[in-house]
Amino acid sequence: MIAQHLPALQIVLPLLAAPIVVLAGSARFAWLFSVAVCWAAFAVSIGLLAQVMQGGEISYLLGSWPAPWGIELRVDLLNAFVLLLVTGTAAIVLPYARRSVRIEIAPEQQGFFYCMLLLCLAGLLGIAITGDAFNVFVFLEISSLSTYALVAMGRNRKALTAAFQYLIMGTIGATFFLIGVGLLYMMTGTLNMADLAERLQPLHGTRPVLAAYAFIVVGMALKLALFPLHLWLPNAYAYAPSVVTAFLAATATKVAIYVLLRFTFTVFGADFAFADQPMSLLLFVPALLAIFAGSLVAIFQENAKRLLAYSSVAQIGYMVLAISLATAAGLSAGIAHMFNHALMKGALFLALGCVFYSIGSVAIRDMAGIAKEMPWTMAAFVMAGLSLIGVPLTAGFISKWLLLQAAFELGLWWLGLLIVASSLLAIVYIWRVIEVAYFQPRPEGRVAAREAPLSLLLPTWVFALANVYFGIETSLPVTVARGAAAALFGAGG
Amino acid sequence: MSGATLILLALALPLVGAIGIAVTGRWEDLREGVTLTTAGALFLTVLAIWGQVSDGKEVALTLLPLLPEVPLAFRVEPLGMIFALVASGLWIINSIYSIGYMRGNKEHAQTRFYICFAISLASTMGIAFADNMLTLFVFYEALSLATYPLVTHHGDEEAKRGGRTYIGLLMGTSIGFLLFAVLYTYGETGTLDFTPGGIMAGKIPEGVAAVLLVFYMYGIGKAALMPLHRWLPGAMVAPTPVSALLHAVAVVKAGVFSVVKVAVYIFGIDFLQTLPTSDLILGIAGFTVITASLIAIRQDNLKRRLAYSTVSQLSYVVLATFILAPLSVMAAALHIAAHAVAKITLFFAAGSIYTAAHKTEVSQLDGIGRRMPWTMGAFAVGALSMIGVPPAAGFLSKWYMLLGAHAAGQWFALAVIIASTLLNAAYFLPILHAAFLKPLSSEAQAHPHGEAPLPIVVALTMTAGLTVLLFFWSAPVVELASALAGMKP
Repeated sequence: MIAQHLPALQIVLPLLAAPIVVLAGSARFAWLFSVAVCWAAFAVSIGLLAQVMQGGEISYLLGSWPAPWGIELRVDLLNAFVLLLVTGTAAIVLPYARRSVRIEIAPEQQGFFYCMLLLCLAGLLGIAITGDAFNVFVFLEISSLSTYALVAMGRNRKALTAAFQYLIMGTIGATFFLIGVGLLYMMTGTLNMADLAERLQPLHGTRPVLAAYAFIVVGMALKLALFPLHLWLPNAYAYAPSVVTAFLAATATKVAIYVLLRFTFTVFGADFAFADQPMSLLLFVPALLAIFAGSLVAIFQENAKRLLAYSSVAQIGYMVLAISLATAAGLSAGIAHMFNHALMKGALFLALGCVFYSIGSVAIRDMAGIAKEMPWTMAAFVMAGLSLIGVPLTAGFISKWLLLQAAFELGLWWLGLLIVASSLLAIVYIWRVIEVAYFQPRPEGRVAAREAPLSLLLPTWVFALANVYFGIETSLPVTVARGAAAALFGAGG
Repeated sequence: MSGATLILLALALPLVGAIGIAVTGRWEDLREGVTLTTAGALFLTVLAIWGQVSDGKEVALTLLPLLPEVPLAFRVEPLGMIFALVASGLWIINSIYSIGYMRGNKEHAQTRFYICFAISLASTMGIAFADNMLTLFVFYEALSLATYPLVTHHGDEEAKRGGRTYIGLLMGTSIGFLLFAVLYTYGETGTLDFTPGGIMAGKIPEGVAAVLLVFYMYGIGKAALMPLHRWLPGAMVAPTPVSALLHAVAVVKAGVFSVVKVAVYIFGIDFLQTLPTSDLILGIAGFTVITASLIAIRQDNLKRRLAYSTVSQLSYVVLATFILAPLSVMAAALHIAAHAVAKITLFFAAGSIYTAAHKTEVSQLDGIGRRMPWTMGAFAVGALSMIGVPPAAGFLSKWYMLLGAHAAGQWFALAVIIASTLLNAAYFLPILHAAFLKPLSSEAQAHPHGEAPLPIVVALTMTAGLTVLLFFWSAPVVELASALAGMKP
């Protein structure tokens, strides 16, 4: 009975929980309740993935309204994986939130904070699960608006400008997306994705459809922070509360990439995007620039959070680069990296959250000598950092392996060279932090830091160990990514 | 016990030991006991593996599928057997030495030191027994990372700089070149298994393979081919036991070991003969042998002189491999063992001098042989082995190298080996001359000292003994080395 309704449950749970959290008023209850909801959502997504792996695609009709007219929730391997990623991150991050939020958010705002976080979660899950193009926009707005609020809750006053910047850019992105969906509706009279895919077939040569695709791609490129549309990201990540940064870095951009994939492959079809239009090139060049520009800028950051934010810009570049190869191998490399990157950045940002908890700063200068005082935190940071570099036996290595393999399959050996060269840049920026934390003496005037409490360390280490676990036991991400990639190409014809 | 269990044991023992060291860190004697027990048990395990291999049994283990197509797999072959025997055997002696050295110099963070050492040994075993290039790469990287805290042990500015060069060059080359080459090989051939005769012939065009060869050789930064050798002298900031076991044996030998593995099992000697860059690598190796020796002559710091000597000696192995004759490949394998025992002796002696007399420079060693006869006696044995004088192990490998070069008509290699022998003599004999024949300086006379602590003296005497023993009792190693080169002994 419940198993049938899992798709609906996936979004309804956090959506309904959000107002309850506000009404209840107590921050402690808000936290406890949110944790429970996130774990429930995580369980639901595991159930969904298991169902999809067993029985194939699930179609769920909301309120039993038949498909092209009513709203359809559709779960296949790809979005089941994304759902798992989003809920999994939430389930790990929320237990961490209590102590971190207590020092970073004003007491009277804490209830709202959890409400916004749940709304954001509901929005992201909704984007991923829905089979309706307009519905994507609705959930996109839910997640975006709550994200703006979350970023603005950062302690630093600059968080406000960062949130405002994000608001402007994000709204432009969402508007572009809406224009694209509107054009599609004008041409086909439907909003259901599967239906759209069918009805678009004869219309592929027409200008409005082309314009629609262009609007959707640019809109999503803004949301996923593809270079040079990434400008909102570093500030938003740097000034948002630690929990928010970790959650967003691991999930928000991934969901935007998912939308790009869904529209490109399922709605428009791979042939339309890559054979008729020069999508490969249009994604390839910015992606490559993102990788190098992001990594280079990261090297010169003074703030560890900003450093990682720029690293995210670069890492998103890897994902888009993999997708732009337009082969099943490339696509599966991109999907696997979505997952692996969430693990790395989750661990890294949570570790920085621990640092912030102890010394109230994440400026690299202030982290001098901190490894002696916070050995566990920094050990987790190093582990995730090695994964980011792509050291074997970590998740990052698997990403790199798949990506290089995809490049070689196409005979792009020079691209392989560029990719390995770029990971050397990752060594530089990660090692900068490591050297400061491990070798420099504590600066004058900074009081000795204390190791972060267990409730912060534990989630951080779950992420860090996940990097190692999924670097050794690779069957889940790799098989799912390959299956999803094959399915996308199958759907596109 | 089955072969698979033994391999698992060889990998797991040092890791279990590392945990044991961490747990017992508070009680020094107990902790050192754990280290010695682990080292002993590991050596026995490796001996047991050797026993099985000599019986002609196949010893292999597939651990888990790291990637769907390429598993983490191990198989014992002759070269890996030599490497594992040398590394695990010397670990016991090195541990005895470490105890004397670390306590004698009152080093800090000794628990961390022994833990990292044990992890390094586990990685070394992984490299030695790896059955495919991916497995080798995994443990190769693990070794770089596990040794980083050892190199930067002192934690000061100099250590940080040395460590930066170390990790930068080793990981930069391995990710930048080696990973690329490995993946490209996999993309073209569909396998990474170490296969006698190589996996490339007929699958990768010669032009591409020629370029790949350069990527492989410089990707294996631990082999210290010039100009990517700088990490090795940089690593000398580490405590001497680290320089002795890791930067004379485990790490650097992992480098040349990988070179031989790649040459024999990935490219295949026959295929290499058709590649134009084989001669290039031969030339670079020859250049490194000579140039590093010339630099060594000018170093006054004893450890740095030894480090450059290592750079030079490593390239002997590469040179011998790329003569591409069975006899020379065998000599390469032999040299891995011969150089190991001799160089560890030399480093032990350097550390012994530092511990007892607090001297680090060659110019301070006048007359020290009379005060530290055991240390300098062992040093003399090591030095003679480096030069290639019988009855030291170094003579054997050099002899086979010369025979191989002669048989293959490689006059260039022949000339390099002979010239470098003279150079070796030029930077080792003056040390012996000063230590034994020159009078003590007035400054030294004012600061009397005796021999180093007993564990140190015991350790260096043992390795010096091994250096001689390997000359007289070389049959087992020669047998393994011949099997590698595909020759009947």
